[in-house]
Amino acid sequence: MTTQVLQKPIDLPISPRLAKNVRRHVLERVIEFILMLAALSAVATTIAIVVILLYESLSFFEHVSIIDFLTDTQWTPLFEDAHYGILPLVSGTLTTSAIALGVAIPLGTIGAIYLSEFASHRTREIVKPILELLVGVPTVVFGYFALLFVTPLLQMIFPELPGFNMLGPGIVMGIMIIPYISSVAEDAMRAVPMSMREGSYAMGATRFQTAVRVVTPAAISGIIAAYILGISRAVGETMVVALAAGQQPNLTFNPMESAATITAYIVQVAMGDLPHGSIGYQSIFAAGLVLMLMTLVFNILGHITRKKFRETY
Amino acid sequence: MVTTTSPIKAESRDLNFYYSNGHKALKGITMPLYEKRITALIGPSGCGKSTFLRCFNRMHDLYPGNSYEGQIVMHPDNTNILDNGVDPIEVRMRISMVFQKPNPFPKSIYENVAYGLRVRGERNKRAVDDKVEEALKGAALWDEVKNRLHDLAFNLSGGQQQRLCIARALATDPEIMLFDEPTSALDPIATANIEELMSELRNKLTILVVTHNMQQAARVSDYTAYMYLGELIEYDDTDRIFTNPSRKETEDYITGKFG
Ligand SMILES: Nc1ncnc2c1ncn2[C@@H]1O[C@H](COP(=O)(O)OP(=O)(O)OP(=O)(O)O)[C@@H](O)[C@H]1O
Ligand SMILES: [Mg+2]
Repeated sequence: MTTQVLQKPIDLPISPRLAKNVRRHVLERVIEFILMLAALSAVATTIAIVVILLYESLSFFEHVSIIDFLTDTQWTPLFEDAHYGILPLVSGTLTTSAIALGVAIPLGTIGAIYLSEFASHRTREIVKPILELLVGVPTVVFGYFALLFVTPLLQMIFPELPGFNMLGPGIVMGIMIIPYISSVAEDAMRAVPMSMREGSYAMGATRFQTAVRVVTPAAISGIIAAYILGISRAVGETMVVALAAGQQPNLTFNPMESAATITAYIVQVAMGDLPHGSIGYQSIFAAGLVLMLMTLVFNILGHITRKKFRETY
Repeated sequence: MVTTTSPIKAESRDLNFYYSNGHKALKGITMPLYEKRITALIGPSGCGKSTFLRCFNRMHDLYPGNSYEGQIVMHPDNTNILDNGVDPIEVRMRISMVFQKPNPFPKSIYENVAYGLRVRGERNKRAVDDKVEEALKGAALWDEVKNRLHDLAFNLSGGQQQRLCIARALATDPEIMLFDEPTSALDPIATANIEELMSELRNKLTILVVTHNMQQAARVSDYTAYMYLGELIEYDDTDRIFTNPSRKETEDYITGKFG
């Protein structure tokens, strides 16, 4: 082997076509900066919310022990005999969400399969805008719909059902979430390449077999993303349950009883005029923190499932 | 004309095909497929090779507005598979297809091969196991995958994926197999594997293959059809097409003067 003497790098002249165009360069940096600001604003808002939640919750937990908060079976922060057990609100949130998802996931998935794999172009053009309209209906309307229409209807089947209950608002919330799930899931299914469907048909599969056995698994990661969105919507939904479930914190998973959810409690207290800094006031931040953690857990679980099923084509 | 001792497995008779936009992509094509022989379709891009091939498994039925005119008759039962009364699914059960780009399903290797049996309602696990093994052996893939049958099919190489698609198509014992440029997405070694495989399959079933590769057509096929602008220009023994074609257009295309 021959050893080479290291040479001093020569200053090669840069062709004018490759030389930096200063104006373009500056402009590009400015654009980059603006884009970054836009992205940062969302991040900053999220961080601010978390900080405020944590800060106010900390003062809350100076008065209430975490053990009580997590184990007490009553939530009565505004009563003389105040109890600060979050469980009744969690049970209300989980029960109404479970009912809603029990309605929205099957119907939303079927809707997505229908729209993506069965509907003719014309049907799709008619059905999709209607579904999108459903998204635009204010949730207060859905709340009254649950209270004044769905619950009385259910009472015809279950005469002992109280006027405030979790079943009615749960179902209505489910209906409300269907379009979110169906439209995200449909997008995922339509993104499955035609060649994959052709492969299935070429094997003698029917349309239904192709939709269920090939397109759905191929789109599974997007479909799970739709479910995550639905779960977040259900857990965070406020108006429907606040109006129709009764606002009575109640540690139960029985859909036939009235109960309050975390969000319903927050809106109930926030609408009253509690003094700043009182425990009652701080309790809504502690409740909000729990809500955020719940959503976070569902999101993480969803992402893990998605990773497991990540499709590649 | 053609020298053969083989019976006709299927033949198109005066076949016209119209796409939904009214474009007439096939013009009066009459051509036989001989049983247990390989027929190659060649011709410049856009001449209608894929369109013709996809008539045989009624693939065009998937898109509204396409229409066929004429017949494709399958033997020995003399069924016109383009007849309105014939269920396209029944046709696809008898004639399977391998696509240009490997298109495995988002399933395990095993389930990919078993797919045709599953959609036919086969429940017997032993029967499915046996068929899957037989098909993978038939597609010369068994040794490479036998220890990872339950891995996702996407983890295979491109050439392996294409052989998997061949295994998938084989598992249901089709009478005819259609190949649309099966090696155009593959490297030379994978291509050689697939060509060898096709020659072996020739003992079992009838093959129609579209190819842009003249050498491939010359190497693997018994008969060759040259198409141009939706018409069948010449059909003959492959040897004759490549050594002594009777039409000038064919000769020009094969010698590379055109196309
Ligand atoms: N879906 C369609 N709608 C309308 N016209 C089409 C459609 N698909 C193909 N065509 C037209 O039909 C003709 C034949 O197309 P085809 O795909 O059969 O050609 P090909 O011979 O397979 O070409 P290539 O070698 O490039 O694959 C072309 O003119 C093409 O533009
Ligand atoms: Mg083609």
